[in-house]
Amino acid sequence: MAPSRAGPTAEELDQRKIVGINPETVTDTTNTDFPGHYPGEDHSWDLERFRNGFQIEFHHNDPFDASFSLIGVDASIANAFRRILIADIPTLAIESVFITDNTSVIQDEVLAHRLGLIPFKGNQDGLKNFLRFWKKPEPGVEPTLYDFNTVMLSLNVECTHNPKASEDEEDPTKLYNHAHVYAKDIQFHPVGRQKKYFSGEGAIAPVHPDILIAKMRPGQAIELTMHMHKGVGSDHAKFSPVATASYRLMPTITITQPILGKDAEKFAKCFPKGVIGLEKVSRKEAAQKGSGYEGHEGELKAVVKDPMRDTVSRECLRHAEFQGKVRLGRRRDHFIFSIESTGQWNSDDLFLESVVKLKEKCAKLEKQVINMAR
Amino acid sequence: MAPRSTRKKAVEEAPMEEEPTSHQPTAEDEDASMADADVDQEDGEEANPEDEEEEEDEEVQRVRILPGSTPTAASFEFLEEGHTLGNALRYIVMQNPDVEFCAYAIPHPSEAKMNVRIQTYEGTTAIQALEKGLRDLQELCDVVTDKFTVARDEFSNRMAA
Repeated sequence: MAPSRAGPTAEELDQRKIVGINPETVTDTTNTDFPGHYPGEDHSWDLERFRNGFQIEFHHNDPFDASFSLIGVDASIANAFRRILIADIPTLAIESVFITDNTSVIQDEVLAHRLGLIPFKGNQDGLKNFLRFWKKPEPGVEPTLYDFNTVMLSLNVECTHNPKASEDEEDPTKLYNHAHVYAKDIQFHPVGRQKKYFSGEGAIAPVHPDILIAKMRPGQAIELTMHMHKGVGSDHAKFSPVATASYRLMPTITITQPILGKDAEKFAKCFPKGVIGLEKVSRKEAAQKGSGYEGHEGELKAVVKDPMRDTVSRECLRHAEFQGKVRLGRRRDHFIFSIESTGQWNSDDLFLESVVKLKEKCAKLEKQVINMAR
Repeated sequence: MAPRSTRKKAVEEAPMEEEPTSHQPTAEDEDASMADADVDQEDGEEANPEDEEEEEDEEVQRVRILPGSTPTAASFEFLEEGHTLGNALRYIVMQNPDVEFCAYAIPHPSEAKMNVRIQTYEGTTAIQALEKGLRDLQELCDVVTDKFTVARDEFSNRMAA
């Protein structure tokens, strides 16, 4: 039996968080901070301890692309947020298309599908608080379309010859009017209280006005009305508020023995730009016995500059000269999130909403569990 | 090709049951929706389904104890839940020192069901452990929201400076 000892050192605690990465294998992939895993240590849930250990660092924050690190949280929690971002946050998208005329070469069902995938924007308060879900009624039952659950759009375009085009013009977009049908051709028809929420800047409109919907030639026309409803990504990907929402674990690179001179340059080339830096060995380091730098003053040595940019390609592990000199790993509790919104929400608001949604889920189920136990 | 002289009016001509109808305006937004009052009334739709919908959501019981459970060892079945909640809940319940065992499973991918198994030591029950887990998760969410908001505001201030 191991001798009893005072708690783990900071170094040991840090090492526990590292997933080892070897040429062909990975080690220590699962979290071990559960009560009873380490004898004599307390790993039970404690909100204050979580609060002190939990950190968020922003890398960039644009409406269409946010990146930040969640540090000190388990994969199951980070993954819950990621899954909610993709599948559980509601957005407004075209759900029904009523086609009165479509003589373009795009088939009705393909056209309807294309329309459904166009991301729309509008007043945030109106989208989040005013609009509600719509439940499709059973056949024969009165329709339940209201201003708070349906947004009406229309698309009416006809392709005609452009009389002003020059004789030898070959570009169809100049030769004809409406040769290309774009998302900006879609018109919004506010009903009832929608006028209050979605007017001016806040009107319902495509996020990208230049999305190509169809191509036409003179004599062809598209005439249709559309109903938008709120939905979630688990029902159809068109409702997903994100283009991508993903995370990766923070890479770690530990140089255990000096890598010098030509080797250092080769080592740096094993990684993406900016991960490994080259520095001169200082006099102080060279004078230090047992450092491995003796007699190498002024030579270049490899240093880890920015491990976050590493893609963990493991290239450095394939070369004999680095054998035993470097250790690769990933931090198991450091998630580098990347959220790219489709434009209906801001990317950072999306993450906040995913946290709200998880809390909501738990609150509803807590009530249900209490109800069940009764 | 058919004549297209009628196209312009198509929107107005769409059958009325296809049109979204406004519900009855309340006193406070009367001003804003006055202009539509005549349109709205045409449909004769008076019902206000807002409240009904909300209640309906709450009524369905989505959690039950599976047969064969004892107070300290129980399996729970969650309807309409998946890995999102399952794994997060499993983690937080496992952090409870009174819990001997916790695991979740989705027995079949085409059934929207998620099972959670909890076994506790003497002194507490599986139901209590489950309730504590759900409460702890909510507290965790609050901390994440707080820290995220602070970090974001600090970042945007730093960027603006």
